[in-house]
Amino acid sequence: MVKVLFFARLRQQLGRGEMTLADFSGSLGDLRETLCEQHPDWRAHLQREDIRMAVNQALADTGERVQAGDEVAFFPPVTGG
Amino acid sequence: MNAVDRIAVCETPLDVAGEYAALQGSSGDGACALFVGSVRDFNAGRDVCGLALEHYPGMTEKSLQGIIVDARSRWPLGRVAIVHRVGPMQINDEIVFIGVTSPHRQAAFAACQYMMDRLKTEAPFWKRETVSDQSGNTSQRWIEARASDAEEMDKWSAG
Repeated sequence: MVKVLFFARLRQQLGRGEMTLADFSGSLGDLRETLCEQHPDWRAHLQREDIRMAVNQALADTGERVQAGDEVAFFPPVTGG
Repeated sequence: MNAVDRIAVCETPLDVAGEYAALQGSSGDGACALFVGSVRDFNAGRDVCGLALEHYPGMTEKSLQGIIVDARSRWPLGRVAIVHRVGPMQINDEIVFIGVTSPHRQAAFAACQYMMDRLKTEAPFWKRETVSDQSGNTSQRWIEARASDAEEMDKWSAG
């Protein structure tokens, strides 16, 4: 099982902040595509160029390997401070 | 975490005087530089009534720790503190406190600015403002990242 988190504007756009994917193993790009296939209306939001991704709380790109037990997050550019 | 590093994400008001006292009190360093960021009453042409800050628990602390580690690799630092508030806030409330001590003022100034620039572009925090129009109607909007923050960060890479 892979835990997937969404934050800030993206969380509001997708209408949820957390979900799980059972039996997923592949790249982070594959995971994003899986989510877009399951939820076609998410594609425009998840594939925006400025969306950042993290695996196990470290920034990652689409080639990062994801497997059972990992925590994946998607979020817009940060605006703290 | 280094024993003299302080990293905190809190939902309560920042105790700036207390943070400074803890930072400077027993460091033995001659220089202490501080930055305090507060909620301002305007942004992007609109009156701001308040804001709320969201973060990514766990990743936030790791990100801040990485920033401190990198700052320590660049300058001789004594004590370092990064404290960031999350949740709802009012105008003038302090959002972030960054403080460093060092034997040298140049290092303290530079490290403080470097850590703030890194935080603004990397640490997973997001602001949502409550803004009002001329009729006094309020609405909420997520703040967009500013290109100028990324440009400030790029200067450190170039240097």
